[in-house]
Amino acid sequence: MKRKAPLVKIEHVHKSYHRGAHTIPVLEDISLAIAEGEFLALMGPSGSGKSTLLNLIAALDQVDSGTIRVGGIDITSLSESELAAWRAVNVGFIFQFYNLIPVLTAFENVELPLLLTGLSRGERREHVEIALQVVNLASRMDHYPAQLSGGEQQRVAIARAIVTDPVMLVADEPTGDLDKVSATEVLDLMERLNSDSRKTIVMVTHDPRSAERAKVIRHLEKGFLNNVPSQAAP
Amino acid sequence: MYLLKLLLRNAFRHKLRTSLTILSITIAILAFGLLRTFINAWYAGAEASSASRLVTRNAISLIFPLPLAYKDKIRQIDGVRLVAGGRWFAGIYIDEKNFFANYAIDAKNYLALYPEFTFPPDQKAAFLADRRGCCAGRKLIEKYRWKIGDIITLKGTLYPGTWGFVLRGIYDGRDASTDERLFFFHWDYLNESLKKIGSSRTDQMGWYVVEVQDPNRAAEVAQAIDRTFKNSLAETLTETERAFFLSFVSMAGAIIVAIQLVSFVVIIIIIAVTANTMAMTARERIGEYAVFKTLGYRGWRIAGMIIGESLVITMIGCLFGIALTPPAAKVFSKIVGTYFRAFQVDMATIYIDIGTAMLVGLFAAIVPTWRAVKIRIADGLRRIG
Repeated sequence: MKRKAPLVKIEHVHKSYHRGAHTIPVLEDISLAIAEGEFLALMGPSGSGKSTLLNLIAALDQVDSGTIRVGGIDITSLSESELAAWRAVNVGFIFQFYNLIPVLTAFENVELPLLLTGLSRGERREHVEIALQVVNLASRMDHYPAQLSGGEQQRVAIARAIVTDPVMLVADEPTGDLDKVSATEVLDLMERLNSDSRKTIVMVTHDPRSAERAKVIRHLEKGFLNNVPSQAAP
Repeated sequence: MYLLKLLLRNAFRHKLRTSLTILSITIAILAFGLLRTFINAWYAGAEASSASRLVTRNAISLIFPLPLAYKDKIRQIDGVRLVAGGRWFAGIYIDEKNFFANYAIDAKNYLALYPEFTFPPDQKAAFLADRRGCCAGRKLIEKYRWKIGDIITLKGTLYPGTWGFVLRGIYDGRDASTDERLFFFHWDYLNESLKKIGSSRTDQMGWYVVEVQDPNRAAEVAQAIDRTFKNSLAETLTETERAFFLSFVSMAGAIIVAIQLVSFVVIIIIIAVTANTMAMTARERIGEYAVFKTLGYRGWRIAGMIIGESLVITMIGCLFGIALTPPAAKVFSKIVGTYFRAFQVDMATIYIDIGTAMLVGLFAAIVPTWRAVKIRIADGLRRIG
């Protein structure tokens, strides 16, 4: 049986940061393939480069060398403008600190990515309501972030991430700022999105219990990716 | 609509800071508007001048008189319709602080030359019929609460003595720019009084106002008048009424330049204040802009948010400033009394206020926009938390 091509294919990626005259290597010759429908957890200590790798996969940062293909598109060759358009369609983002816009309601926050599409006001409303129903917050759509708990804010952020129906969700420490109960709710939700909606999820975490929810765990250490993936979830 | 809602909410995220910035802009626009109105008031005489009127004066200086005999000679020059003489009296009403311009005029012709001074017909007739009569503009009347028939006494400075006049007429300005602070009486009365005391200053005029038949020939007629009196004891300088007024304005040129400089300083100050607010705003929200970029918002949309917010703040301040300028001008006008013929905020000042506020909004947003648009998403996201 012919094996299906991976959704994300990273080949020989190098990335370093510059601090004055110093060059600090962060990622060294990283190669990685992520299958469609995968739920991958990237683990590693602080400074290991896991968030940098996530940013590169999500086209938030640029490689020094190497290539990253997502859905067959070499995103390392796209311009800033093309990358912005690509991100709007293909990637949903979940951040540690939720990153909701405080002056917008939950509804308006979720609507933000849809404003870049050609959808009518009515169509946008329909999409937003569905996304908020998925995260079980339809009743809180008129609330501002400050009126929501941390867990609820993160669920709004997840609704914002899925409202455009992207092929991939990237999450950077999505439970890092949450209490245990809220963290469990968020992870349950992500698991459901992966299993029921077949969303490919790449999650950075340093919490082993969060990583256990993923299907595959990869470890980064000092810029190098361990070759052997761990099978987390049964 | 969505963008406007976002701009307004963002603008008032820090209510105190935004309110103080708006207050600064309001005060600056108010000051700018008043300074512009002040400069305009200086030029009001020139603006109200007629293209068909010339002023002939002594070529050496306005303080030197012209012979009475020039009147008939000027009238005979081709292109001249009407001539009237006037003389600066410089009388003081009760106290020196009660300054207003007072002239001895060749009344019948002078008033015919100035149709913008409108009188009730009976008052005009009464003034012309009474040698000791005088007339004054509405602003003077209101200021000193004079009424028809009052005896108004001026203390002479150039012409010593106490001079009593009977108020016979009150004129209103036909146009908003017409000077309603003038006081006129009969030159004949002055001249006869001077004759009685044997003064050497009899039969003299300070200047002549000349009405030309065709305004297009004004320059030609002016040259003809001056040619007529060339090589005489009192050579003349004839110019349009506008040029005559502007020569007075030019005497205060340094003051006007100083006021204009202050206007520009005011603009620079509001740019600095607004730029500071926008810089703080953009620095605080750099993480949010990174989030917007993450979601697919391009640089020009981010720029639109920052510039739009800057414009919202400056335009709100501008609108308050514009709304406050006319009442402030009214108060200022009362304080300066009859010094300016008109102290009114014109539409051009309001347009300049709006244009200036828009430019301030744009300038103030340049650096914050540049930083927000150029910052790398990963760097921006690191500023959160």
